[in-house]
Amino acid sequence: MIAESSERTLVRFRDVSKVYTGGSKRAPRVVNAVDTVTLDITKGEIFAVIGYSGAGKSTLVRLINGLEPISSGSLEVAGNRVDGKSETQLAPIRRKIGMIFQQFNLFNSRTVAGNIEYPLKRAGWKPKERAQRVTELLAFVGLTDRAKNYPEQLSGGQKQRVGIARALASNPELLLADESTSALDPETTQEVLGLLRRVNRELGITIVLITHEMDVVRSIADRVAVMDSGRVVEVGATSDVFAHPQAETTRKFVSSVMRTVPRGHEIAKVRREHPGRLILVDVTDQNRIGSVLSECARDGVTFEIAFGGISMLQSRSFGTLTLSLNGPDTAVDNTIVRLREITKVEEVAR
Amino acid sequence: MDWSVLGPQLLSATGQTLYMVSVTLVLAGLIGLLVGVGLYVTRRGNILENTAVFTALNLLVNFIRPIPFIILLAALGQATESVVGTRLGPNAAIFAMTIGATFAVARIVEQNLMTVDPGVVEAARSMGVSRSRIITTVILPEALGPLVLGYTFLVIGITDMSAMAGAIGAGGLGDFALRLGYQRFNDEVTWAAVIVIIILVQLVQFFGNWLARKIMRR
Repeated sequence: MIAESSERTLVRFRDVSKVYTGGSKRAPRVVNAVDTVTLDITKGEIFAVIGYSGAGKSTLVRLINGLEPISSGSLEVAGNRVDGKSETQLAPIRRKIGMIFQQFNLFNSRTVAGNIEYPLKRAGWKPKERAQRVTELLAFVGLTDRAKNYPEQLSGGQKQRVGIARALASNPELLLADESTSALDPETTQEVLGLLRRVNRELGITIVLITHEMDVVRSIADRVAVMDSGRVVEVGATSDVFAHPQAETTRKFVSSVMRTVPRGHEIAKVRREHPGRLILVDVTDQNRIGSVLSECARDGVTFEIAFGGISMLQSRSFGTLTLSLNGPDTAVDNTIVRLREITKVEEVAR
Repeated sequence: MDWSVLGPQLLSATGQTLYMVSVTLVLAGLIGLLVGVGLYVTRRGNILENTAVFTALNLLVNFIRPIPFIILLAALGQATESVVGTRLGPNAAIFAMTIGATFAVARIVEQNLMTVDPGVVEAARSMGVSRSRIITTVILPEALGPLVLGYTFLVIGITDMSAMAGAIGAGGLGDFALRLGYQRFNDEVTWAAVIVIIILVQLVQFFGNWLARKIMRR
């Protein structure tokens, strides 16, 4: 079993830390950008890393291709140790890892075709093979008619598509996407995410995607790791993480897109309009909140839905409802107990 | 005023200036490029970070650069003699001009390379491109437009230096203007040399701007 799981692992972090030392000699400053991270990224998946800025997610992804060396721990990509390698020794490993960037980082001195051709030239491809590969990639990202344009003549979404084509040029196994949609508007973001999904599904390339937007995670990632202050505080299948966020940071991220849990001023408004006891009830596939509530009606408990929503992710529904319960105290208590038997219930403090 | 005598003298002075300026431009342009690239890549946080080399180059550049050219010309006398074989004439002037201009080129190159987005360097590193290849195929091409403007600016500085070459008998337009114009209270001759210099500089500037525009596609 262990052998099988390691065979499917593409990137293996074991107690990986990255420490930056800065400041002056008198007042040294030590920053744990990545703090004892242990993580496996599986072949063929889209793995997202989410966190606020400064959480260490960008550093984490730069460790994978050795753009930043790790300070301690061990790190393997496709069976090759990345740690302890010189820039020269890293070159063959890097050729198997594509990377795209928030600011695209295209070569302004080269055309679209020139940008895509560049890594092939460096890898020693023959001119004929290069031309053929460039044509193929341009078609894949839908920019055949833009081959001779320069980067400044393109829109942000087109630039990122060139970035993707360039990163795919030498047939990598792994694509690192560092905030690849953060500089784009929502519509273009969806277009680029769609392309990344094709890269994953049609070409079978594993993707590690860094983002601070939960929406991006929701629409594309199979699994997600949540980072806070250099640590991975939560990791799991995206639908699980959305349905049952464990860490505080994760809850904040989930509520930022789900908006099913009322915030401070919304709670105040809900309370003004609903005199009863307010409870937050988690909704998932299996539970039958409606039937519990209708049974409780016989004990004289009435309810009103005051806030909330139910959404679907990877064909599983989840969400949160804010209910206002009215009726005799003991009957309301009893209702809460019965709801707790089937789902997570949180009472909103008075 | 006898322009039938002065005319050919002006022409040969122009030729001497062009000779000194162009040879110096090629030599100082190449050596300065190497020093400038050296400064850029060994700087802290850059691809060949090396504090010792950077500090040494930086000190050297800062040491030579502030020396007024006329003093450098005199101070280098001994060195010029051992390298060129003589302290006089256009080749001796070229030696001193090359030393003086190299360090100016180095700074201009360093400053222009620093405008290259570190992101594109990172992109090239992520592709497994070697550092020497990154310098020649990413950093220099990305900075080419500003570099051309920098070199254009430099041609004017070298022309300025060449005006003092007369001091060691190298001739040139500066010498023509000083000896035949200024010292003989003959403004017309001085201005003739000035006008030729202005035309030369204008042509160089025009060509440099055109080339940089073409490279930067603006």
